[in-house]
Amino acid sequence: MSKQFICIECPNSCLLVVETKDGKVTGVSGNKCKRGETYAVSEVENPVRNFTSLVKAEGLEIKMVPVKTSAPIQKGLIFFAAQEVKKIRIVKPVKVGEVIAENFVNSKADLIATRDVSLA
Amino acid sequence: MMKERDLIIVGGGPAGMAAALSAYEHGVQDILLLERDQFLGGILNQCVHTGFGLNYFKEVLAGPEYADRFMKRVIAIKEIEVSLKSFVIKLSQKKEITFLKPGKISEVKAKAVILATGCRERTREMAHIAGTRPAGIFPAGLAQKLINIEGLIPGNEAVIVGSGDIGLIMARRLTLEGSKVKAVIEIQKKSKGLQRNIVQCLEDFGIPLYLSHKIARIHGADRVSKVDVVQVDDNFKEVPNTSFSIGCDTVLISAGLIPENELAEMAGVDMDRKTNTPLSKEQNKTSVDGIFVCGNACQIYDLVDWVTKDSLLAGKQAAEYIKRIK
Repeated sequence: MSKQFICIECPNSCLLVVETKDGKVTGVSGNKCKRGETYAVSEVENPVRNFTSLVKAEGLEIKMVPVKTSAPIQKGLIFFAAQEVKKIRIVKPVKVGEVIAENFVNSKADLIATRDVSLA
Repeated sequence: MMKERDLIIVGGGPAGMAAALSAYEHGVQDILLLERDQFLGGILNQCVHTGFGLNYFKEVLAGPEYADRFMKRVIAIKEIEVSLKSFVIKLSQKKEITFLKPGKISEVKAKAVILATGCRERTREMAHIAGTRPAGIFPAGLAQKLINIEGLIPGNEAVIVGSGDIGLIMARRLTLEGSKVKAVIEIQKKSKGLQRNIVQCLEDFGIPLYLSHKIARIHGADRVSKVDVVQVDDNFKEVPNTSFSIGCDTVLISAGLIPENELAEMAGVDMDRKTNTPLSKEQNKTSVDGIFVCGNACQIYDLVDWVTKDSLLAGKQAAEYIKRIK
């Protein structure tokens, strides 16, 4: 079977032509770089997305702390992640890259801050 | 006597920060960086999604992470004085700058000035959308600020006008925040947004994109109640009998950006009225010697990486200019 979809790894947005057999990728073309191949395999066999969101801060210099997952997480987990992130509060200063929640929504990725935040 | 500085940069977003670093690296020893917000970073602070820096840093960063890398470098250099909450209200041809800080007005003269003032969003008025004027109509970037900086949700059911990247990014953000995005309406035959954003912001969530369609009218008394959508032909004329309505309480406008160049204009810089950018034969230079413009104030870029590249050049040009006049 042959599928076509757009690579979302970078702004090039390559149109990938992906050959599959029994749900496994057997060939990829149309990609300008190696990332396209990796993306094609992942998109067919286990689609993942970068997750970014905000966590409420209390007593800090900003109201919302921007966060992301340390690696892309399963696409099917995105909505659950968006709900779970609302339950978290950050009350102490954080540094960019600091872990806010380990193994977030059992994705194996951690939720990390993408900005330094000091006390108010 | 008015205090004189070698280089004053207006704007502490990605453009201003890169310009400051580059000017310093090219020998400028006295730099004043004026930023109106209480933080450096500019619009990147509200762009919490990833996709920044792939070109410049060769890795995928969130907006605040991209800003953070420049911020830390800027702050570490003592020759760059950063003045926050500093709003420039006047720039003269002689490069005299007047700026406000809480409780204080200051005047300072510069040998060279770099304007890194970014851009503004086009509004509903500029996009000429007919109808009433209820609450619930936001420029997409303002909605982004409400959600990502203020922690507020602009509405429950939204229609987005324009499929530029900010509109697409906001379609996903609103969806993840629990609002329903009912449609994205694009008057052109093709989206201006990056294909990757159409995939990961619309298709992933089953949000319909109507190409060659426009909003004919916004309805609602106190709050938006619905929009009328109509198909358009190649000349953007309405196609008869194609109109339909979408109920919604929120309309986001993502209809492009306009460089913010009031200061350049005030200083007598020749402007291109169509694009609101300085007329110049050379990148970043203006018709006034020693006044430079960089980043989105110079031209609208779709990637911050290009803003950085452009602004590094402006910093170098300003350094060369200062050397020349000394």
